[in-house]
Amino acid sequence: MSELLLARWQFGVTSLYHFIFVPLTLGLSVLVAIMETMYVRTGNETYKKMTQFFGKLFLINFAMGVVTGIVQEFHFGMNWSEYSRFVGDIFGAPLAIEALLAFFLESTFLGIWVFGWDKLPKKVHALSIWMVAIGSNLSALWILIANSFMQEPVGYVLRNGRAEMTDFFALITNPHVFYQFPHTVLGGFCTGAFFVLGISAYHLLRKNQVDLFRRSFNIALVFGFISVLLVTTVGHTQGQYLVKTQPMKMAAAEAHWETADPAPFNVLAVVDEANQKNSFEISVPGVLSFMSYNSFSGEVKGLRDLQIEAEAQYGPGNYIPPVTSIFWSFRIMVAAGGWMVLITMLTLYLWKTGKLEGTPLVLKALLWSIPVPYLANFTGWYMAEVGRQPWMVYGLQKVENAVSPAVSAGEILTTLIGFTVIYGLLAVADFYLLVKFIKQGPDEPVTVGAQKPSPKEVSLWT
Amino acid sequence: MDLNILWFILVAVLFIGFFFLEGFDFGVGMLLPFLGKNDNERRVIINSIGPVWDGNEVWLITAGGALFAAFPNWYATLFSGFYLALFVILVGLIVRGVAFEFRSSDRNPAWRNLWDWMIFVGSFLSALLWGVAVTNLLQGVPIDANMQYVGGFWNLLSPYTLVGGLTTLLVFTLHGALFLTLKIEGDMVERARRVATRVGLVTIPVVLVLALLTYVNTDLFTKAGAAVVFVGSAVFLVLAWLLLKSGRNGWAFIANGLTIVCFTAAMFWGLFPRVMVSNLNPDWSLTIYNASSSPYTLKVMTVVALTMVPIVLLYQAWTYWVFRHRVTDKHLHY
Repeated sequence: MSELLLARWQFGVTSLYHFIFVPLTLGLSVLVAIMETMYVRTGNETYKKMTQFFGKLFLINFAMGVVTGIVQEFHFGMNWSEYSRFVGDIFGAPLAIEALLAFFLESTFLGIWVFGWDKLPKKVHALSIWMVAIGSNLSALWILIANSFMQEPVGYVLRNGRAEMTDFFALITNPHVFYQFPHTVLGGFCTGAFFVLGISAYHLLRKNQVDLFRRSFNIALVFGFISVLLVTTVGHTQGQYLVKTQPMKMAAAEAHWETADPAPFNVLAVVDEANQKNSFEISVPGVLSFMSYNSFSGEVKGLRDLQIEAEAQYGPGNYIPPVTSIFWSFRIMVAAGGWMVLITMLTLYLWKTGKLEGTPLVLKALLWSIPVPYLANFTGWYMAEVGRQPWMVYGLQKVENAVSPAVSAGEILTTLIGFTVIYGLLAVADFYLLVKFIKQGPDEPVTVGAQKPSPKEVSLWT
Repeated sequence: MDLNILWFILVAVLFIGFFFLEGFDFGVGMLLPFLGKNDNERRVIINSIGPVWDGNEVWLITAGGALFAAFPNWYATLFSGFYLALFVILVGLIVRGVAFEFRSSDRNPAWRNLWDWMIFVGSFLSALLWGVAVTNLLQGVPIDANMQYVGGFWNLLSPYTLVGGLTTLLVFTLHGALFLTLKIEGDMVERARRVATRVGLVTIPVVLVLALLTYVNTDLFTKAGAAVVFVGSAVFLVLAWLLLKSGRNGWAFIANGLTIVCFTAAMFWGLFPRVMVSNLNPDWSLTIYNASSSPYTLKVMTVVALTMVPIVLLYQAWTYWVFRHRVTDKHLHY
């Protein structure tokens, strides 16, 4: 395999793996902060137990997010040195700011939170988990400012053979950020909410700590319902925005080959990329125009015309990203979002009418829905990043020109295998611990809290 | 002073901060399996750095970010050039980072033992390889006219750089042992002190060898300032050992900390105004000018850094204040 392909695989594997943990951190940090705030305001020990239970799960997940994030920080230099040289003048700044503004905040205050239960006043302690939540979500903002430059370059000039920053303010107010950031963060909130909902449902089904899990369920339900509604709204507006700014990506997501007005929407399609058409499709007339412009007329350019335009602008080459996988990942994301809307609405209705705990099927469905937001996060990012191909930076640098010349295919293969093996083993350990703590519930002494190991317990293992 | 110089100093400061703070974390991690005779003792040792190690590691992340933002060519050449070495460091940091969280999450002795050794291995590899990396910057590596590293992994290992690695390994171990004498209680303090005395005794000759090899292999000693600071680091090391012998553990910790500060500062001073030396042609070396970002970006980053760094220092200092007391086996979290 070529350096380019291996480097892409490595970035894909490590980034997607890192992004298993990030969304849960974004959402669960806020939920744990809410739980502890409830504890401070009511003085009810149940909330403290709840905070410590979900806090322990948060910590295991957070550790995985942190260590896999270190790799991401150095990746650009390791495998993508020509990219780093080309955009470092712009791209490095948000990364450095992310570390200064967000990473210090979250990691320092997390240390305080874990170890400060009996050292700090309650309010200061609760404040420290809010600092963690703010830090995590701020880090999402800055990395998405960086990513948005790759999707939609702004505030730069091409000079000295590279892209140089001319307007920092334009960089951080990139319109793309205003869709990408809320979409990502709200996706994280949904992930956190479904995580807490599913675990609470699991224990409610077993009549285990019913008072505690009813309360956590309610917190997550309200939080989740709002997040789900917002994320679908933002997602839709982002789609409309991308029709204008990255038409190729959206056309690929719809397997829309021929320019049409009004444009039909392909519900399902069998894509034939070699012949640039769909060999089979089920489509609804006018709906793609409606989705793009809120009106049943309006021209939506097809992939073939966009390819001709791109060749005229950038020279010969293939500018169509892999259509089949983007088409399906987009559909899976939308379906996952739809499922989340339906199940939260149904749950809210049952909860309001007091029928929830008498409907075990819904509680079970909620438990099995924990992976659904993960699926949406994955497929959404797959579409965003693969849909940018062949570009590394949209319209400025192709991926094939971004890879490190100093690194050999053998070296990339070595580290690709190394990371995959280590990540795989860690995933097993992480999953084992999470399942263990989830099943165990809040009763057992959880190490995060103020519980002290009894001397007997300690000597047992010495 | 132009901003390129300021950012070179800032990068140096970030690495000094990282080596000083994470240095004792690495040391504590390496001593863990040897000093902690049973699970309870090991827990005490880990808890001594528990609240702070993650924040300390962010110094490295920030240094990486600062390199990328201020000197993109340095970032690109360094990380693509030192590829496999960096990979090993990353693996070390990964297994070590999760180990702190994972080891406490299950009571099975085999499980705990596994993660304790992961903490050791991760700390060991990082402590060793950072010394190898820093001495390589100064000694010079094969960099061509296009700023591309043209060597392989084995180019990075030479007698000089291996002694460099051994130096950081030993100095960080000493740093960790001295840190423990201040942070734990009971007879473990005496054990930590004994370890520190022995490690110190080995470290002093190694640093002298490093000084000699630096004189032979690099041009550091042609710069009076860098030479003085380098010698200062050796003097502080001897001082640390003498203070330790006379029972002043706190002062010994500070003196050895100054060894780390001076050593790192000397290496950067020796580099200046280069950031990576090419041993193929001196003109092909990366400098603070040909590797840097545009003046506009440096200006933006200066404003950001000058606003944020004091705030970060303030709350990090506050953490150390909150957890200033010795760790007892009464309130263990890990």
